Amino acid sequence: MTTTPRPGTGPSTSPTSPASTAPGSVVDGALRLAPYWATVLRRTWKGGVISALVTPLLYVVAMGVLLGGFIEVAPGELEGATSYLAFVAPGLLAAHVMTLVIGETTYPVMSGVKWHKTFFAMHATPLGIGSIVLANVGFILLRTLVVSAFFVAVLAPFGVFTTWWGAVLAWATQALVIGAFTTPVFAFAAGLQDETAFALVFRLGMIPMFLFSGAFFPVGNLDAPLEVVARLTPLWHGVDLTRMFALGTFELGPALVHVAYLVALTALGWWWAVRRLRARMVV
Amino acid sequence: MALFTAAVAGETARRAARQGSPVSAVEATRLLVWRNMLAYRRHWPIFVTGFLEPVFYLFSIGVGVGALVTGFEVGGRTVPYAEFVAPGMLAASAMNGALYDSTFNFFHKLRFGKLFDQMLATPLTTMDVARGELSWSLIRGGIYAAAFLLVMVAMDLVSSWWAVLAVPAALLIGLAFGGICMALTTFMRSWQDFEYVTLATVPMFLFSATFFPVSAFPEWLRWVVECTPLYRGVVLIRELCTGTVGWGSAASVVYLVVLGLVGLVVVRRRLDRLLLA
Amino acid sequence: MLIHARGLRKTFGDFEAVRGIDVDVPRGQAFGFLGPNGAGKSSTMRMVAAVSPPTGGTLRILGMDPAEQSSAIKARIGVCPQEDTLDLELSVRDNLYVYGRYFGLPRKEVRARVDELLAFVQLGEKADAMVDDLSGGMKRRLTIARSLINRPEILLLDEPTTGLDPQARHVVWDRLFRLKAQGVTLVLTTHYMDEAEQLCDRLVVMDKGHIVAEGSPLELIRAHATREVAELRFGAGGAQAEHEAVAEQVAGLADRVEVLPDRLLLYSDDGERTLAQVHAAGLRPTTTLVRRATLEDVFLRLTGRTLVD
Ligand SMILES: Nc1ncnc2c1ncn2[C@@H]1O[C@H](COP(=O)(O)OP(=O)(O)OP(=O)(O)O)[C@@H](O)[C@H]1O
Ligand SMILES: [Mg+2]
Repeated sequence: MTTTPRPGTGPSTSPTSPASTAPGSVVDGALRLAPYWATVLRRTWKGGVISALVTPLLYVVAMGVLLGGFIEVAPGELEGATSYLAFVAPGLLAAHVMTLVIGETTYPVMSGVKWHKTFFAMHATPLGIGSIVLANVGFILLRTLVVSAFFVAVLAPFGVFTTWWGAVLAWATQALVIGAFTTPVFAFAAGLQDETAFALVFRLGMIPMFLFSGAFFPVGNLDAPLEVVARLTPLWHGVDLTRMFALGTFELGPALVHVAYLVALTALGWWWAVRRLRARMVV
Repeated sequence: MALFTAAVAGETARRAARQGSPVSAVEATRLLVWRNMLAYRRHWPIFVTGFLEPVFYLFSIGVGVGALVTGFEVGGRTVPYAEFVAPGMLAASAMNGALYDSTFNFFHKLRFGKLFDQMLATPLTTMDVARGELSWSLIRGGIYAAAFLLVMVAMDLVSSWWAVLAVPAALLIGLAFGGICMALTTFMRSWQDFEYVTLATVPMFLFSATFFPVSAFPEWLRWVVECTPLYRGVVLIRELCTGTVGWGSAASVVYLVVLGLVGLVVVRRRLDRLLLA
Repeated sequence: MLIHARGLRKTFGDFEAVRGIDVDVPRGQAFGFLGPNGAGKSSTMRMVAAVSPPTGGTLRILGMDPAEQSSAIKARIGVCPQEDTLDLELSVRDNLYVYGRYFGLPRKEVRARVDELLAFVQLGEKADAMVDDLSGGMKRRLTIARSLINRPEILLLDEPTTGLDPQARHVVWDRLFRLKAQGVTLVLTTHYMDEAEQLCDRLVVMDKGHIVAEGSPLELIRAHATREVAELRFGAGGAQAEHEAVAEQVAGLADRVEVLPDRLLLYSDDGERTLAQVHAAGLRPTTTLVRRATLEDVFLRLTGRTLVD
């Protein structure tokens, strides 16, 4: 690559210094943000990492092992699981991935457009909106995948996975769960003016989903209309897919539906996120 | 005794500070509660939805998972699982509500909002601030507790008139956690420190006889759990809702009150140090 | 004396922010603290506002000891801190109203004062806006209005006009003049010398926790500067060393020469004559300016580091 010296762009522009360029693609632009997100990770990984790892484990011990110790049911009642622990563990994996992701895409994204305005700083450079979203989403994906890998590793000794490849696929499923929550919530946060709405997202969206999307008990136990609602939530699709792999009760048809649903939601969220962030920043 | 002397010394200093103030302690508390109401006026959905979380837990764990559990023994009688879980949720939500106000909200007001700096430029004192914030938190918690109790009554999960005292009991839990957590929050330096709050409260929430009896634990662990404030709150409310009140209940009450008052004394001293430096 | 301090000191850990100052402010005076960043102005103001206990010395506000009667003192003073401490959760009007109620004033009275003050600082149109949505200057004006809600006898203003546009500054000055005319005692800190010259009857210059000069603006100029100043600039990017060299050459032409990063200041009683001498000496500055000495020069003299006499 050759660089043409441009006169008059400031004292540091000597004929030999390379000129700045626009990124060739969205991905190229996102990669330029890697150092930023690496710095963020270095500064913040300690805060939250312990609770991110310990909280789900505590839930597994409390609900799966201890409460589960009081539960004796026939496998048919628990979607093929032989114990309540085996039933609840994959559900908790997906449910906690959801809460982690929502945590990463609410206040931090708001901060990017409102408080610290980091997205504005990024956008003042040659980087486009798509690159900014992609870099942030990529960061959340990688980080949450690492955390869920730990979680899967910790769950394994409890004997909740019937096969090792089932465990790997259950983990890989989390990538779909992460995508399906990251992009839509990012989009919501990017356009939001008043952060108090997040409390409503948590209370009316996240917590009910956490509790009623089949993580703790089979959605079949819900009354008919509620069961339909539960089956429409992205978390249920994530939980059911994770559980199929963990318990070895894989069925191709439903699995494909789950994958398609989660991927479609990710794509829709992506489109919305770029649109909302652009509307917020390019005015 | 040392605590008593400290309290007396603090009281004298406080009287001195208040000397000639145009605002009485009661009036100051009322004003602070009223300010919070004004601030919430625009956010009434937040206020209203605040009581939903324990209800969701009750339906999910108490009813949904409860269909799989036979029930537990309370005071020599086997109660259905939902009836066992409901008092636990009432106590836990009293804890969580107080926690939220006394940690995140309080920290924000203390370090970023400069709200307390503003108040202390007026005749209000640090004790007014601590008392006012805690009172607001308790009033809100009381409203939520009453609403939850109505849900319990509607679901036929209450079997004694003692249950009306469950609301004041929830306030005691709020007082204890509010006082202690506000005190701890004054020592926090950054948001990262709240990690410790999560690490302390999530285990309490899950293991304090909220979802299953402590008989699930080995003996030594059982003792540890029985000493935690949430456990005392959970059993207190469960005793009230099932009508199995005894001396243990009184001990729980004293325990919670002491925690709250100690917390409040510490908060006042710390606020003096932090804001009147 | 409304404010009376003797040997007033304030330390933070090992650090001495205020190192024994004497201050007396009589009723009705407009009193100013001048000084560079970190001089200890805000620390002093906070002690006077009864929110920061002195480490040593005596302090009496309105004849009372802030350690014992802080609430009674606060009831009679108004405070505009360096950083706005507005209630971001409340509207503009509610900010004033709630704050006023903290003083134990009756509702009706506060309501009347709120409208009056909103008009006073020209924020009437913004009465129902949220504080977060105000511009920086509007927030500042609101803070000033808020400090007046209890009709204070002493008004403490820590850098009241920092961040205001020139128009808004003049509005604030006008308001402060009016308050002064009503007999309110003003105590202010500022980095704007014109502000100090216009508003203050008397001022002290603080540096590193000490008071280094005291008097009326005119007295200070007379004592620490000459009547006029000639300013010389030698093109863009003139190195410090170059300036120093020129300073040597002109040293004999003025009472005092001050070397700044971008220009030279020559102090003398007749600026034009000094300038003529500079030209006569064969020097060719790119721009020149002759002006009357101001507090700015006093400030430089007393707190600046590069003095060449
Ligand atoms: N709470 C504190 N803890 C420790 N040091 C402090 C504290 N407050 C002020 N200081 C220190 O005391 C010194 C004086 O600070 P002060 O705020 O009084 O300066 P100032 O004259 O108001 O400066 P400025 O013009 O920048 O506002 C500074 O060195 C500052 O770092
Ligand atoms: Mg200052």
